[in-house]
Amino acid sequence: MDTYCSQPAGAEAYIEDRKDSILTKGKSKGNISCSSDSLAGAVSQRACVYCGARVVLNPVTDAVHLVHGPIGCAAFTWDIRGSLSSGSEMYRNSFSTDMKERDIIFGGEQKLAACIDEIVAKYAPPAVFVYSTCVVGVIGDDIISVCKEASLRHNIDVIPVESSGFKSGNKIVGYRAAADALLKLITPKDGVHIEPTRKLNFLGEYNLGGEKWVVERYLKEIGIEINVAFTGDSTVAALKQAPGACLNLVQCTGSMHYVAMKLEQTFGTPYMDVNFFGAENTTESLRKIADFYGDEDIKRRTEALIERESSHVRPVIEKYRKKLAGKRAAIYVGGAFKAAAIIRQLKELDVEIVLTGTQTGKKEEYENLSGMLSEGTVIIDDANPAELERFLREKDVDFMAGGVKERFLAYKLGVGFVDHNHDRKDCLAGFEGAVKFAREVHTTACSPVWKHLKNTSVRDVRL
Amino acid sequence: MLECIPTRKVEHTAGKINPAKTCQPIGAMYAALGIHGCLPHSHGSQGCCAYHRMGLTRHFRDQILASSSSFTEGASVFGGAANLKTSIKNVFKIYNPEIMAVHTTCLSETIGDDIPTIIKQSEVPEGKVVIHANTPSYQGSHITGFSNMCKAMVSYLAESDGTAKKERVNILPGFVNPGDMREIKRIVRELGIDLTMFPDTSDVVDSPLTDKYEMYPEGGATVAEIRDSGNSKLTLALGAWSSEAAGALLQEKCSVPCVPLKIPVGLKATDDLIMALKDGFGMKVPRSMTIERGQVVDTLIDTHFHYQGKKVAVAGDPDIVVPLTEFLLTMGMIPAYVMTGTPGSRFETEIRHMLEQSGIKDCVVRAEGDLFELHKWIMENPVDLLIGTTHCKYIARAEDVPLVRVGFPIFDRAVHYLMPIVGYRGCLRLIEMISNALLERRDRDCTDEDYELIL
Repeated sequence: MDTYCSQPAGAEAYIEDRKDSILTKGKSKGNISCSSDSLAGAVSQRACVYCGARVVLNPVTDAVHLVHGPIGCAAFTWDIRGSLSSGSEMYRNSFSTDMKERDIIFGGEQKLAACIDEIVAKYAPPAVFVYSTCVVGVIGDDIISVCKEASLRHNIDVIPVESSGFKSGNKIVGYRAAADALLKLITPKDGVHIEPTRKLNFLGEYNLGGEKWVVERYLKEIGIEINVAFTGDSTVAALKQAPGACLNLVQCTGSMHYVAMKLEQTFGTPYMDVNFFGAENTTESLRKIADFYGDEDIKRRTEALIERESSHVRPVIEKYRKKLAGKRAAIYVGGAFKAAAIIRQLKELDVEIVLTGTQTGKKEEYENLSGMLSEGTVIIDDANPAELERFLREKDVDFMAGGVKERFLAYKLGVGFVDHNHDRKDCLAGFEGAVKFAREVHTTACSPVWKHLKNTSVRDVRL
Repeated sequence: MLECIPTRKVEHTAGKINPAKTCQPIGAMYAALGIHGCLPHSHGSQGCCAYHRMGLTRHFRDQILASSSSFTEGASVFGGAANLKTSIKNVFKIYNPEIMAVHTTCLSETIGDDIPTIIKQSEVPEGKVVIHANTPSYQGSHITGFSNMCKAMVSYLAESDGTAKKERVNILPGFVNPGDMREIKRIVRELGIDLTMFPDTSDVVDSPLTDKYEMYPEGGATVAEIRDSGNSKLTLALGAWSSEAAGALLQEKCSVPCVPLKIPVGLKATDDLIMALKDGFGMKVPRSMTIERGQVVDTLIDTHFHYQGKKVAVAGDPDIVVPLTEFLLTMGMIPAYVMTGTPGSRFETEIRHMLEQSGIKDCVVRAEGDLFELHKWIMENPVDLLIGTTHCKYIARAEDVPLVRVGFPIFDRAVHYLMPIVGYRGCLRLIEMISNALLERRDRDCTDEDYELIL
């Protein structure tokens, strides 16, 4: 394996225990192993439960996000998302109880209560989310009761998010913690009545680079209004109106299917999956939504919008397709929804996908992904950099789509890179997003810089 | 981001808002990368390791590898011994480093894992080493973690063979960029002195792009070099917070005399480094150094009217902020706020002493502060220039103050980690950055008739 990997291991390029997590479409029999914890000692690209909860809730713009723990957990997630706001910027600040040794020994509940009191005095936020971290879970601070008391004291929502990192090696558990916190926030208090409307909620849309705004514009044009997005550019007050929607769209399935299910159980609101990444996905999603409303006017306007936007997008995509056809791509992202969206867009560009992997995919999601991919494609769960490196070389990849931890691995191997991380500030949704994505792929896959890479020693260049 | 600061008077005593520090393990991870062929290992749950790799990756724009014990609920109830033993086995089997540097997290510290005992009970392949540092996140800051890992290098590795000491200096460079480490090495070599620098992250976190990718790049102090540091004649520990503890331990363990110095940021601190080497080795300072120094003084004269008398706020890690403030005073600037997120009253004492000597009053000095406070001060009483990390950009925008980026982390600018701020060349770069930030500001703000070709 030495020819493939810089890792100097002898016989094995990857760990024996991980072989069930790596499949090759067409060759491998059986199911991918994906829900297990990462191996101790592996260089995993996965994050933690707290991170999962934080990325889901952080876009609630006017809430204070208070991290109860030592400083690092808050410092590293400060302004962690590319979610844009049309109003408050409160969510972009970093609040921490900054636990010290004495808080670990004597408990941090008092400090947490004091922090909440000071924050309310300073900012009077409509809600405070209190995240528990690893150490809080271990010393057993009762954040539920601290939040409850603070809530009564200040008459605002102070909501505990039970996101101790060690609960699982998988961010999905954090998504669930965030979902429970959201449900707590939006469930009407006794005596409160939420009027039903013809508006819809848009779940799993985080307004990265203003993506929610793009979809909102499309929907407005066809005559449909967004009640509130979960959680992109949302406010506490808007979220509380969530039960009034007549439909829930679900985009990021990993984080929001559970919420959609709960909303259906509690308020009877139906839900459907949508995907606004890529021209084809956007077209399909708009039609699905129009069908739900069953209004001929809406349908007519939808078709007109699709026709107009497609006619703008088609020639641009065509131009890039000519340049990109036959390029080879690898995808390694957080969730399966994102992977599926990228696969479809790359196919529109005639790019061959030779590797697809995720940090948190579920079995049925991998089956779905597998259905979209051609024979010989490697499918990998919870990949570590050594594995990625091996396949990037072995499969002669031209560019990779992934997050921050993969970017420089790709570069070092002479492979282009497209950022699909959750801190991205570029809008990739809708028809205009499809154009931007194509441009980005072209920029990196066809950069002149790669010509200098093949022989970078001075001697080679001089010859 | 303006709502960060409420306009009315408010108490800020509990917790942190917009922290100016982060936690110990990332410092330990960075230090460990300065050993050749080292895989840092985070003993705790995966998130910490992912965050620290992400933080370092964003700053250095390079792939940062580290493994994790991948704690889940079982480990936090029954202890992490099994996870660490499995990790050690797996790391050497899969990634085959020369050395594995384990650091703890708040989780493994709180449950009380006895790391040295676990390491002793583990199977470590022959010729390979496992070292460890305790780095509880609820004490100190990332600088403390860096210091603790440097200490671990000495306590696990450094040896003295009892024979005469070698004509060589150990340099503990402190928490600085690889470009700074490279520059310090150049200066010492220019003086004709043999050296061992550890940790040394140059050629590791700024590795070049060639046609070959290496998991363990060429750089870093080798285990053998760190072992042999016990036989050097002298240690220079640069930075009280990040290097002094390791230097003192080396003195105690191997009888290598240790001279504590500032990180050589600015004219005086660089002079002090060169004089300490001159005193230790008795060589003549080469003319090339005199020329470099002369260029700094010449440039200070050429540019003094750009910045002299301007009010400046400085925030960052103590070992950088202390000598930087000293240099700002040399430049004739007026520090109005000097702040670090790292705890320790020594910071306030040292800065106050410097200010007193320069006759500067009304400067707010604060250790263990946060950027909420700094913002509040600047809002109440503005400055002309802000020097700090990327995180200061919110304040810079809200208060419309030019920002010169110095320190860790810098996520939003390119190439900085390659360019030194230490030594005489570093002085020139600081003067350039500060002058040009102020000149650009003047060009932006001035009226048409004051818009000049020559400034």
